[in-house]
Amino acid sequence: MRKRQKPQFFLHSTAILYAIACIIPFLIVIAASLTHPLELSEKGYRLWPLKVDLSAYRTIFENPDTILRSYGVTIIVTLATVLFGLMFMSMAAYALARKNCSFRRPLSFFFFFTMLFSGGLVPTYIWITQFLKLQDTYWVMILPSLINVFHVFMIRTFFQRLPPSLYESAKMDGATEFVIYFKIALPLSLPVLATVAFFNTMGKWNDWSTGLYYLNDASLYPLQYLLYQIQKSIQTLLIAMNFTTTGMGAIPIEDIPGENLLMAMVVVASGPMLIVFPFFQKYFVKGLTLGAVKG
Amino acid sequence: MAVNLLVEKIERKPKVTKLMSSKKLDNIQLLLLALPAIVLVFVFAYVPMAGIVLAFKQFRVSLGVFGSPWVGLKNFEFYFKSADAWRTIRNTLGMNFLMIAVHLVFNIAFALLCFNLRSKHAIKVYQTVTIVPSFLSWVVVGYLVYALLKPAGGIMNQMIELLGGDPVKWYSVPNKWPIILLLTSLWHGVGSGSLFYFASLVTIEKDYFEAASLDGATKWQELRYIILPFLMPLIVILQILAIGNIFRADFGLFFNVTRDSGALYPTTDVIDTYIFRALISLGNIGMSAAVGVFQSIVGFVLILTTNYIVNKIEPDNAFF
Repeated sequence: MRKRQKPQFFLHSTAILYAIACIIPFLIVIAASLTHPLELSEKGYRLWPLKVDLSAYRTIFENPDTILRSYGVTIIVTLATVLFGLMFMSMAAYALARKNCSFRRPLSFFFFFTMLFSGGLVPTYIWITQFLKLQDTYWVMILPSLINVFHVFMIRTFFQRLPPSLYESAKMDGATEFVIYFKIALPLSLPVLATVAFFNTMGKWNDWSTGLYYLNDASLYPLQYLLYQIQKSIQTLLIAMNFTTTGMGAIPIEDIPGENLLMAMVVVASGPMLIVFPFFQKYFVKGLTLGAVKG
Repeated sequence: MAVNLLVEKIERKPKVTKLMSSKKLDNIQLLLLALPAIVLVFVFAYVPMAGIVLAFKQFRVSLGVFGSPWVGLKNFEFYFKSADAWRTIRNTLGMNFLMIAVHLVFNIAFALLCFNLRSKHAIKVYQTVTIVPSFLSWVVVGYLVYALLKPAGGIMNQMIELLGGDPVKWYSVPNKWPIILLLTSLWHGVGSGSLFYFASLVTIEKDYFEAASLDGATKWQELRYIILPFLMPLIVILQILAIGNIFRADFGLFFNVTRDSGALYPTTDVIDTYIFRALISLGNIGMSAAVGVFQSIVGFVLILTTNYIVNKIEPDNAFF
């Protein structure tokens, strides 16, 4: 028995080291957000602040408009995408799962082909901006991401694995397809729906590239794109400074937002979700076993 | 409207033809159910496919897609004759190969580690903590990496100076970035990636291990003769799917973690970042469309090929 303790100890220490490596960057960012900007620029980043300074959080919470609006946009867009996406995807999945659907094969191919081939970024960009004119609208954040074909097939596979007798007896009782979908297939598929909802929530919450391509209107920035913009504008400012410090018109140092403010933004923007997501981890694991997809 | 009328008409039909009409009714209902998804996929996936013509045109906004003049393969030529083509293709393939191989090793190693732990509680804790990085967007990961690599005051340079070394200007030294990006993507992905293998490992019958330990098998032999053969189909499938996508790079990783720093392009510029820059910064719509088409076609061929191979090895796991 004693011989067996040693490897366990070794395994635990390796796992603990890895887990610490996963957490350390968060600690550094939190510590930086709690450090006075001058101290941060003089002493650099650390694992914990020497003196806790809440000025960054004070600045954010005294002018909460930007971040609150961003939270609002992100929540609206995520909710709309997940709810309508789940509805439309499960409806299509139901049609694909039903044996009595006579256009099942062509429809399946219609969806499946988009997993193999795509027009690419540029045609999509031109189509959305020049023809649909969706740039700077909520629509561009919602509509293109409603249907994830992979998830459609995942839900379909789940529907197919429900006992066929369920469908048959409902048919016998004269239920229409609408009723069977809504009253039988949907309620029995909550596990797969929860998994898809989880993946979509995570994907949409973390979506920043839609903003990068299609948003100029600052009042529509979702959180992640707001973070990107802040980083970008400070970068530009610093480059401009390097050019100007040698000449006239140097930007006074106190006008530049400190990096503590940046890091506090990161904490405020992504902290709440990081606390929420791990509770739904089981859906992530479930998704792995549900992932068996065949076209 | 028309469909509603049709439904009413069918419902009113006499009983004699009920069997046939109910089949029709089913189909109409199923079509209605699928319709929103069909429309969305058509609008956002199929219509842009037609936009591939842009790759063969010199696009001018004033002339529109249809009015812009055809230029044949000029756009492709422009890309392939530039030094960018070799650089972006090499970086995309090289980094993806590296990541696929190293992720595979680490995913399996961590899954095995968890599998060999006896405390169920500890497994849960480790898995919950290590999965947290994969919930982060690449923008946030970019910030975290910046805190480590900031030239003046970043953690890495502080450590280097503590050990008596010279600080490194990380964001302008391209040769360090393959390893930085690799580590970042491991940090982001191994926690969730290893779950695939862990979920599979726990389904191995315990009898095998009992029989093996009765026969005096070592841990190494267990791995070699029980675990690896059991995991092999999953390993093969996941790798082949990954290779099918090897021509697509993770845009967020390469764009945000590098802070799109021009000095790093020699090792970090991949096809996806190149297309983005050509489109947004240079406004060269024709060429970026051409590179996109090139990427799509190679990707298409790769997926068909890898799927063909999977079908030969393990038809059950084939994509289609």
